[in-house]
Amino acid sequence: MALKNVINAAGRSVPPEINGQSVVPYKGVGKHKPEGSKYSPPIPTCSDYPDDGNKVVSSLEEALHKCGLRDGMTISTHHHLRDGDLVSNKVFELASSLGVKDLVWFPSASFPCNDSVIQYLEDGTINRIEGSMNGPLGRYVSEGKMKGTAVLRSHGGRVQSIQDGEVKIDIAVLAAPTADSFGNAKGTGGASACGVLGYAKADYLYATKVIVVTDNLVDLPCFPMEIEGNYVDYVVVVDKIGIPEKIVSGTTQITKSPDRLLIAELTASFLEISGILKDRVTMQAGAGGTSLAIAVFVHEILKNKGWKLKFGFGGSTKYMVKMLEEGQMNFILDAQVFDLDSVKSIENNPNHIPYSVFNAYNYHSKGNLTSMMDIMILGATEVDLNFNGNVVTHSDGYLLHGIGGWQNCLHARNVILSIPLFRDRIPVIVDEVTTLCGPGELIDVVITERGIAINPLRQDLIESVKGSGLPLKTIRELKDEAEKICGIPQKPQFEEEIVAAIKWVDGTVIDVVRKIKTR
Amino acid sequence: MIKTIAIAGNSGTKVRSDCEIVLELKTEGGINIDLTSKVKVLYGESIKNLVVEVLDFFGAKHANIKINDSGALPFVIAARMEAAVKQLINSNLEYLPGFLKENSYTTTRDRFRFSRLYLPGNTPGLMINAGLHSADGIILDLEDSVAPEKKDEARILVRNALRQINFCGAERMVRINQGERGLEDLHFVIPHNVNLVLIPKCESADYIKQVEVVIAAIKMKLNLKNKVFLMPIIESALGIENSFEIARGSENVVAIAIGLEDYTADLGVPRTIEGKESFYARTRLVVAAKAAGIQPIDSVFSDVADMEALKQNVLVSKSLGFEGMGCIHPRQVSVIKLGFAPDKTDIEKARKIVLAFETAKLKGLGVVALGSKMIDPPVVARAQKIIDLAIRLNLISSAWMHEVTPIELKTLK
Repeated sequence: MALKNVINAAGRSVPPEINGQSVVPYKGVGKHKPEGSKYSPPIPTCSDYPDDGNKVVSSLEEALHKCGLRDGMTISTHHHLRDGDLVSNKVFELASSLGVKDLVWFPSASFPCNDSVIQYLEDGTINRIEGSMNGPLGRYVSEGKMKGTAVLRSHGGRVQSIQDGEVKIDIAVLAAPTADSFGNAKGTGGASACGVLGYAKADYLYATKVIVVTDNLVDLPCFPMEIEGNYVDYVVVVDKIGIPEKIVSGTTQITKSPDRLLIAELTASFLEISGILKDRVTMQAGAGGTSLAIAVFVHEILKNKGWKLKFGFGGSTKYMVKMLEEGQMNFILDAQVFDLDSVKSIENNPNHIPYSVFNAYNYHSKGNLTSMMDIMILGATEVDLNFNGNVVTHSDGYLLHGIGGWQNCLHARNVILSIPLFRDRIPVIVDEVTTLCGPGELIDVVITERGIAINPLRQDLIESVKGSGLPLKTIRELKDEAEKICGIPQKPQFEEEIVAAIKWVDGTVIDVVRKIKTR
Repeated sequence: MIKTIAIAGNSGTKVRSDCEIVLELKTEGGINIDLTSKVKVLYGESIKNLVVEVLDFFGAKHANIKINDSGALPFVIAARMEAAVKQLINSNLEYLPGFLKENSYTTTRDRFRFSRLYLPGNTPGLMINAGLHSADGIILDLEDSVAPEKKDEARILVRNALRQINFCGAERMVRINQGERGLEDLHFVIPHNVNLVLIPKCESADYIKQVEVVIAAIKMKLNLKNKVFLMPIIESALGIENSFEIARGSENVVAIAIGLEDYTADLGVPRTIEGKESFYARTRLVVAAKAAGIQPIDSVFSDVADMEALKQNVLVSKSLGFEGMGCIHPRQVSVIKLGFAPDKTDIEKARKIVLAFETAKLKGLGVVALGSKMIDPPVVARAQKIIDLAIRLNLISSAWMHEVTPIELKTLK
């Protein structure tokens, strides 16, 4: 019999167990402190590995076979090859042909290219995905078609779940643009260069078995090694691990939408007028069209004022590289890389430094980079009157996006959501978020094309922009304005059945997503 | 044969905030709605209710309706429904959405018309947020940006937009079509508080008078008191030759604009960036406008990606005497506004001249000098114009003369 749901500290009704594993309901920001020791993978013995260090096996199938692939295992992959990834799907294609069932796929993120795993969810090869659910995958899950319950975690939460033993990776299959026969690997070089491999760090350190898959085998040592061969069981050489033009976009594109540009301009003005942006602060903005435009406007301000950012945290883009090269930023720290200019910069510019989420976002680290950031620009699918944020579902109730680093980034000093007030009649500011991903106490400012709302918890910010001429409104005024234009929306209808759990950065359950009621 | 199926609106992968409606009127079977919409979960019921309400308004009891919606707002759906119904039923009824009280403002003859943003009259996605970009005027265009087969539905959409979209204080303008159709357009827009009508390809004062007669008749019939200003657009050699008469065509003409794409086509020469071929026309139009005491407005700049070229273009335009320019993209607005406004050096120079003049007047001196230079009266008059402009644009305080320091006064000597 199913156990009774409990109400967590955010007021959301969540189950005490998910996929047969007991879970902890969300307790509040920084409240959950697990005790004991970190999880450890089994102890290996070096004499079990070839003396000549050559771990190359003939195929991925052989490697999976040697790793003891069987029903119910957890398979992890990383997403540095982005929409050009050819490795993840291959793993499940092989597993399916071998008749393996009920696997758990534990990717660091999924992309449209991964939509084809739906067939392996259908044929029973995969029981569930613990990672991000985008587009068609999100729809599949929302309609209750996945056998197990999806678990969505932030990038940092993924590392946390590995370190505290919530997720035990049986086999990590790690695509590497360059590797040697011992398993040392890096993200640069070769035809499929993706810049860095930071998202794979927890996987190779904590998985029971590690397979490195490369299309660019070099003589030992592959240096500088981002994956250390001492943790690797097998190396597989294939023709292609990815489709280069889909791994990084040639150029990341600034938005052309006049409304988004207006949001970007307002955001930059707000940063300047409020005094948040000044000499020697730190900043992070994403790679979406609006974020890129914000970076460009901020760059202009820095140039005019003669200010410098101490560092920027990326997702690196060419606009950050430009700040670095023109002297308005001292360093770029990179968790991932979005375009070719950044890949080149990483290879050539010593002030462009790989910095993985393992260190930057992880709840079980001794401190996080995100809480040191001064300016954090983020998006959201919904924000509610209490400034709570949603990034995984839209107001229609369907899963649409992963959490990414969003939850982790909320710990910065000034968190700004730069978002449109509505998207083609879809409301963004709502009474209550459809799915709670981040508590409002961590969200400071919402900037839309029709006005700026500052969280009443931030009286200092409210004071700093008083009388500035910026279009300041309350969050309720913004909501009312949107509803006046779009009309008051109906609420989506849900079944009782839970299709996905949303984890907070500490591994507790902050909310769940229920099955969409279809008529 | 009587038409029984009508299609109105737009759909497609790039279409946003619009809908396409396929309407089939029947004699039995009630009303059947087949709705495809990205916002079905959120607004499905309200869309269906609206459709039924519009059909009921026009007395249609039996119909099959197929809607392909990309997030259209209610006033858009209503406009598309009305347009579809009117293809099948002859009706003078109008299904009018509520008129926003924020939209009932009037404008004045001499307000700034530096920037006015063109919006294609049948593309609702571009209209909704247009008022946020701080253009002096918003033009809902029924003419060149609307495909011939979409002209009828655009009228209804523009009418509803005038009632339902808050343009945030921008002057509410409509560009009508040419000739008879243009006069018909007026019936759809004038009752909904249009501040200014743009008259395209204007070649004679006579047409201005025809427009005036129609507007006056509509206003009288509906007892409307609001001013409707006119801005003829000159786009041909004949129009240029008649520009002074056009400028004086009615007391409601507050500006004349030039349209260079059509003008250069009329001359049979290519339009160039430096614009030598249109130099005569532009200066002629400026002179005609100034002689008639109205604002001369320059042609649009079509390269929306090149802001630097736009800026240069604005500076040339300003130096010829133009007082505004059309915008075809919201990002052009601020460049144009900044360009036509006096810059710091202009204001500083004008301040000094006006101060010197006032000081001389106080001392009873007949001759005004600044440093060792004599200043002629027209120079003073021009400086005063710049100061007035700067005050109206909030670039300097209206009490600036009282804020002059004794030290500065000394330097004038």
